Amino acid sequence: MADTVADEDLKQTPLHDLHVELGARMVPFAGYSMPVQYKAGIMAEHLHTRSKAGLFDVSHMGQAFLVGPDHETTARALEALTPSNFVELGLGRQRYTVLLNDEGGIIDDLMVTRSVSEDDDGRLMLVVNAGRKDVDYAYFRDKLPENVKLEVVEDRALIAVQGPEAVAAVALHAPKAAGLGFMSASSMEFDGIDCHIARAGYTGEDGVEMSVPAGAAEAIARALLADERVEPIGLGARDSLRLEAGLCLYGHDIDETISPVDGAITFCMQKRRRENGGFPGADRIQKELVEGTDTVRVGLRIDGKAPAREGAEIAIPDGEVIGILTSGGFAPTVGAPIAMGYVLAEYTKVGTPLELIVRNRRLPATVAEMPFVPNRYYRKPKS
Amino acid sequence: MTTYFSKDHEWIAVADGVATVGITNYAQEQLGDVVYVELPDAGKELSQGDEAAVVESVKAASEVYAPIDGEVVEANEALADEPAKVNEDPEGAAWFIKIKVANAHQLTEMMDEAGYKAYVETL
Repeated sequence: MADTVADEDLKQTPLHDLHVELGARMVPFAGYSMPVQYKAGIMAEHLHTRSKAGLFDVSHMGQAFLVGPDHETTARALEALTPSNFVELGLGRQRYTVLLNDEGGIIDDLMVTRSVSEDDDGRLMLVVNAGRKDVDYAYFRDKLPENVKLEVVEDRALIAVQGPEAVAAVALHAPKAAGLGFMSASSMEFDGIDCHIARAGYTGEDGVEMSVPAGAAEAIARALLADERVEPIGLGARDSLRLEAGLCLYGHDIDETISPVDGAITFCMQKRRRENGGFPGADRIQKELVEGTDTVRVGLRIDGKAPAREGAEIAIPDGEVIGILTSGGFAPTVGAPIAMGYVLAEYTKVGTPLELIVRNRRLPATVAEMPFVPNRYYRKPKS
Repeated sequence: MTTYFSKDHEWIAVADGVATVGITNYAQEQLGDVVYVELPDAGKELSQGDEAAVVESVKAASEVYAPIDGEVVEANEALADEPAKVNEDPEGAAWFIKIKVANAHQLTEMMDEAGYKAYVETL
């Protein structure tokens, strides 16, 4: 496994020295030196996140703002590039969306947050994939109208804390975090440091993602890790957690050829946008919403213990190939191998028996409901 | 019994013309949690460098290559039910296969334990 980038060319996050101190195995990822696992290992890190709380350095991801004169102007500029509703996004609310190319393919998937304060209205915060930063930013700069600017944030780290105990651990330092609803965000102090905290994540668990000043990132991470409930978690477990949660990984499960309908992520398209269009590739996507697509992303459970990986062919039992895996691996919480991939539309029904071809052998598998592990996102009690 | 080590991080313990082959502690540390091991059937003829087994960790699949020529006389069936044994006892109970040694001279190209230890330290 030769690294294509020499170590000295890799960028480091503000938490790099802490990772090394904690015994992380560092690997190149999207141009950064990142921790794939710590001493506990992927399995233990995964299970700890599901039972208590895990701390993830996701500072490699891109943070940026779209800045316009008022909310409606900025929201309409973003709506011109995505199929989601941002005009009616509430103050302090967050939404998952996709950046579309003219063919309706997905350039990137991203989180968008409207500032909680009306004083900042006209600003939308974006968090984009590390490996797509340059592409996304160039696309925004090319497509945004004169009066809406892209402001790239270079001086902040991003720390995710995920798991059933995550918010309690964060709230000891940032009490306001406990009051956030799911997919809501606010500026607040963490031990007196100005942070922006959103109640969201990429694990299927309750938790937060915290945008923090780069210079304070290590102090914040150390304060959280001092809590016995919180352990550091690497990219390995981040991947197994998101796969169990049924969430897409850009460049694997979705890419520039895949539309939101192919990718089964039409939940990012709100009613007005589905009906009125007005986004790149709307002709294709609106047609697909009515007629369906040739292939669709599904989840698969595999009989036995042998995992199947990205690139494995999917076939009908004793028959022809009807799809391909885009993610696959052992699922620690399920206790079995799971996968996701694209199959011809007639084979998408949950319970459909299929086979995965691994090293010339056919492993029996079944189309499964996603998520593979029930989501445990926070629901605010009704008052 | 003499134990040899390969640069591919396999150990080969030879007694009475039969080589017991497994992966080293260094290899299991690099792989992380092992969740599945695919082994060849007894009777399979292997040549040095052939894919002999596959070890799957949570994250990835890794091939194990035959360190020497020979016929597989036994595979460690216990690993099918307890793949995690590879992490717990890689150089003992979690052996992979036993091979009837066909070309003993191939063993002379291997490292001894001290040589392997020195090799790992260079990595």
